[in-house]
Amino acid sequence: MIKVEHLTKCYGNFMAVNDLSFEIDEGHVYGFLGPNGAGKSTTMNIMTGCLSATAGNITIGGHDIFEEPETAKKLIGYLPEQPPLYMNETPLEYLQFVGEAKGLKGAELRRQIDEVIQQVGIVHVKNRLISALSKGYKQRVGIAQALLGNPKVIILDEPTVGLDPIQIIEIRDLIKKLGETHTVIFSSHILSEVQAICEQVLIISKGKLVAFDTPENLETLLTQSNGIHFMAQASSEEVTEILKSMKHITDWDCADQEDGSVAVHIKTAAGATREICCELFFAFAARQLAIFEMTSKKANLEDVFIELTEGNVIPGSDKQADIAKGNIGESEVHEN
Amino acid sequence: MIAVLKHELRNYFHSLTAYLFCAFLLVFVGIGAMLYNIQSAVANFELVLSFVCIGMVVIVPVLTMRVISEEKKQKTDQLLYALPLKTSQIIIGKYLALLIIFLIPMCIISTYPLIFAQFGEVYLLTSYGSLLAFFIMGSAMIAIGTFISSLTENQGFAAGIAIPVLLFNYYSVTLAEYVSSTAFGSLVALCVVWIILAFLVNTLTKNDNLAFGIGIAGVMITAIVYRLDSTLFEGLLPKIMSQLSLFDRFYDFVDGVFDITSIVFYVTVIIFFLFLSVQSLEKRRYN
Repeated sequence: MIKVEHLTKCYGNFMAVNDLSFEIDEGHVYGFLGPNGAGKSTTMNIMTGCLSATAGNITIGGHDIFEEPETAKKLIGYLPEQPPLYMNETPLEYLQFVGEAKGLKGAELRRQIDEVIQQVGIVHVKNRLISALSKGYKQRVGIAQALLGNPKVIILDEPTVGLDPIQIIEIRDLIKKLGETHTVIFSSHILSEVQAICEQVLIISKGKLVAFDTPENLETLLTQSNGIHFMAQASSEEVTEILKSMKHITDWDCADQEDGSVAVHIKTAAGATREICCELFFAFAARQLAIFEMTSKKANLEDVFIELTEGNVIPGSDKQADIAKGNIGESEVHEN
Repeated sequence: MIAVLKHELRNYFHSLTAYLFCAFLLVFVGIGAMLYNIQSAVANFELVLSFVCIGMVVIVPVLTMRVISEEKKQKTDQLLYALPLKTSQIIIGKYLALLIIFLIPMCIISTYPLIFAQFGEVYLLTSYGSLLAFFIMGSAMIAIGTFISSLTENQGFAAGIAIPVLLFNYYSVTLAEYVSSTAFGSLVALCVVWIILAFLVNTLTKNDNLAFGIGIAGVMITAIVYRLDSTLFEGLLPKIMSQLSLFDRFYDFVDGVFDITSIVFYVTVIIFFLFLSVQSLEKRRYN
């Protein structure tokens, strides 16, 4: 549906997007993840024809956005980071303008406006001035605008920023619902949000694609960095002795505390954290050493995000190299 | 284009701008008609229009100041870029909306000569010839205002630039009498113009080499021509200044000469500045 090839965008000497390539299939919800300034908005602006690229190609449904902008833009509905609304109009007037500009006329225009107004839930405010609407409703009017003309792809740039928790949930539900009938790409820097709605996640950092996979796959990539943390009434020598005798434990750090206890952080090789916890408990109990506290840490998308965007190497770095090249991502897409 | 046109018109009538523009134009024409046609009992309506010219210098920038700058400020230009519209369609749609707003008071004003004709003999042909020329001249001023509005996101700044530009144009004939008419004076002035042009190109395209090339080439060519035949430069600057005046040409119409070359000049100004506006809007996509 959308094919981005070697996309590069420079602002003077600053490279906002650096040789970005990916392909997006029809009918999924894609999350576009990255820290602030990673190039998310720039990429989206280029994809929607709002910005030119320094180099590279983008095709939407086979139409090049730079060569045939009018045809390509008809396939896209775009909500920029700040909803582009005319404050002195009502949602109805605004949608009428956008619909007409998208080439809709007469009865078809009215039907579509009614439909999107229902869909995003702004029926009761449709005749109020946009300037008088709350941020959540403004956002909805912006989404309604993107939906007009029934585009195949909907691109939303940080649609939940600045909304209250209830509004965030409502917008998320709306995005989920849209994902059933459209291809939705939305950017965010909120991980839980991406985890909750997206079928595929693209992580970009410093203008480069660092990962493209399902949220679950990205998490399992990091299982090897699972760890256990515990505090015990023992000396570091005793702890070292016990840990050496145990299987599955590859690496650990001990830190002696002032009160004579020791804080230990263990990196575990396999996913069997629970068994290791039991083993540790009985091993310490057998030596009459008390454990005060024990927590197991499971890697989540947040860790993946931090690891990838800060350029740290994940244990098992072959896989990391693969995702960085987009290999895993691409094969994943083709399977779909 | 039609969508943009309808939208702009609705917007102008939602806000006070269109009403203010129409009201002020009618007030100026009203005062002029009272002074010339009623108190002085002159039968030439075209004199009223030449009186209104100075008023246009202020009210046209007020009308055009927000046309593009406001889109940039409210970030609605993003919407325009994302819609399946060509940039030229957006600019023409907006420009036509402004012309329609200008046309409304003009329609009312065009009944005045007929009303005066009820009470005496009015030279209808020159009156309507001047009215047409006045409309086309106003359209050229609106095109200039539109371009200036496309350069900034601040409405006040757009008006603040457009008023002096039009005022300079208004007085350019008078000023032409005072500027140096020697060949060397013209040479210096032309070089300054080239340098200003190079700066303008640089701000519009952010291309240092292009701007530098234009500046250097312009200055070089001017210097070479001056070296070859300096008599060409005698009185050149005042001539250029009065040739570029929108208003000076209008006074020919007031004098009863319907000069087609002036109409062509106005239309050229319109096309030139609309073209620049399109480029200025396109430029944002490339910066």
